[in-house]
Amino acid sequence: MPTRRSFLRTVAGGIALANAGVMARRARAELPQGTVDSAVRDTLPGKQPLIKRSFRPPNYESPVQYLDDVITPNDRFFVRWHLSNIPHIDADSWRLHVGGEAAERGFELTMDQLKHDFEPVELVAVCQCAGNRRGFSEPHVPGVEWGYGAMGNARWKGARLKDILARAGLKKDAVEIAFNGSDRAPLEGTPVFAKSIPAWKAMDENTLIAYEMNGAPLPHWNGFPARIVVPGWTATYWMKQVVSIRALSQPLASFWMNTAYRIPKGKFPIIDRFTSQESETTTPITEILVSSLMTNVGDGRRFAADQPVLIKGIAWDGGYGIRAVDVSVDEGRSWQSAELGENHGKYSFRTWQFTYVPRAAGRVSVMARASNSQGTSQPSELIFNGAGYHNNVVQTIVIDIV
Amino acid sequence: MNIKKRFGPALLFSCLAMSAYGGESSIQLATGAQTALVQLRCSTCHSLDYIVMNSSFLARAAWDAEVRKMMKVMGAPIPENDVAPIVDYLTQQYGTK
Repeated sequence: MPTRRSFLRTVAGGIALANAGVMARRARAELPQGTVDSAVRDTLPGKQPLIKRSFRPPNYESPVQYLDDVITPNDRFFVRWHLSNIPHIDADSWRLHVGGEAAERGFELTMDQLKHDFEPVELVAVCQCAGNRRGFSEPHVPGVEWGYGAMGNARWKGARLKDILARAGLKKDAVEIAFNGSDRAPLEGTPVFAKSIPAWKAMDENTLIAYEMNGAPLPHWNGFPARIVVPGWTATYWMKQVVSIRALSQPLASFWMNTAYRIPKGKFPIIDRFTSQESETTTPITEILVSSLMTNVGDGRRFAADQPVLIKGIAWDGGYGIRAVDVSVDEGRSWQSAELGENHGKYSFRTWQFTYVPRAAGRVSVMARASNSQGTSQPSELIFNGAGYHNNVVQTIVIDIV
Repeated sequence: MNIKKRFGPALLFSCLAMSAYGGESSIQLATGAQTALVQLRCSTCHSLDYIVMNSSFLARAAWDAEVRKMMKVMGAPIPENDVAPIVDYLTQQYGTK
């Protein structure tokens, strides 16, 4: 059986010949060879086997087939940590510290208080690592070389951050709300993983401190006992094992805000801006760009020429809502509408399906392209940036009709 | 060599943390003159699969930048004398071909 890599090489060559180079221009993105070589299926306690990218800190992505359902089960949800000392937290002794110089008063919450003093809210939202699909960047850039699965979609239950901030009393000069987790690096000199979001985003009614995920306590690996949920924004802000929430009158100064997780200004179709952290040339990554993924077919799959081929997938964006998913089976020359599945809310995956009826035997490139209510759709060419963020290039899968 | 003297309690702490991720003992770095040095200097905070995962697309200057980022930003106590041999190894074994 050919490997994915050798298969793609053969396919790319064959189709380039057959179609006067159409495919050659759209060269297929591949993970680095070292990424392929070092990946193994590994099972963290309480999880199904995931694709291990790094053991320590643990960075594990979901195989694409785990994303075939609209809700990603907790034991199939991806795992991403920056620092390797991740304590096992006892929910009874856990405390959430709320305060900061831009808060009128500071206080502590127990888990019981978090659950009972504030109205519980439930919503479905995509948690997508900012670096999802970094491994497909051309040229490759250093970092965790994620494929397609550094994301998942869950029903989160928790308290509104704005309700907790109301108890603290935000002062007029509150500019950002900062979060600290419990994870630590082995060395004291490593910057603590702290993140902030604009005060206006913290006051959004959908921004939560979640203590349940899909009707169960958060898994340890996904931030037990509580994590921040920032629907529509990339997961870098979704602080796991959160223990501190601070209202700041000055922008948070830290490596993880000022250097990491930044994108070039003006290159991406972004609406939500994080102005207090912008520099002349870069800005923090904010909202998730519109994207889609085919989940039930993979490269090299063979289908009978006289049978309809069902293609299933998911589409999502930063909370504007998926308007359409279009599928092409002719190298992107023509597009047909896929059928959208049930709507679970504007921050959720939206499932879709498309039935392709092959007319003849041969190799077929299947492409899927989502667009949202803003009229934004996925690009056909990568918008390169040095950290490999926001890779939402239209996905292509090559199948064989035999 | 006295490991505790060179790294202090931090390394011992990381060894305890490492035991939680037993799978990483399966990682085999390419054999070279500086394999042991790279294992010593690069495994306090992260498993060595980070190196393999990031290959082979970084040229020498990019590997040098990674090592210096670990020192300057992440606080890795790598002596300046070790930088060139580490970067040599990473470039030779895991650099752009």
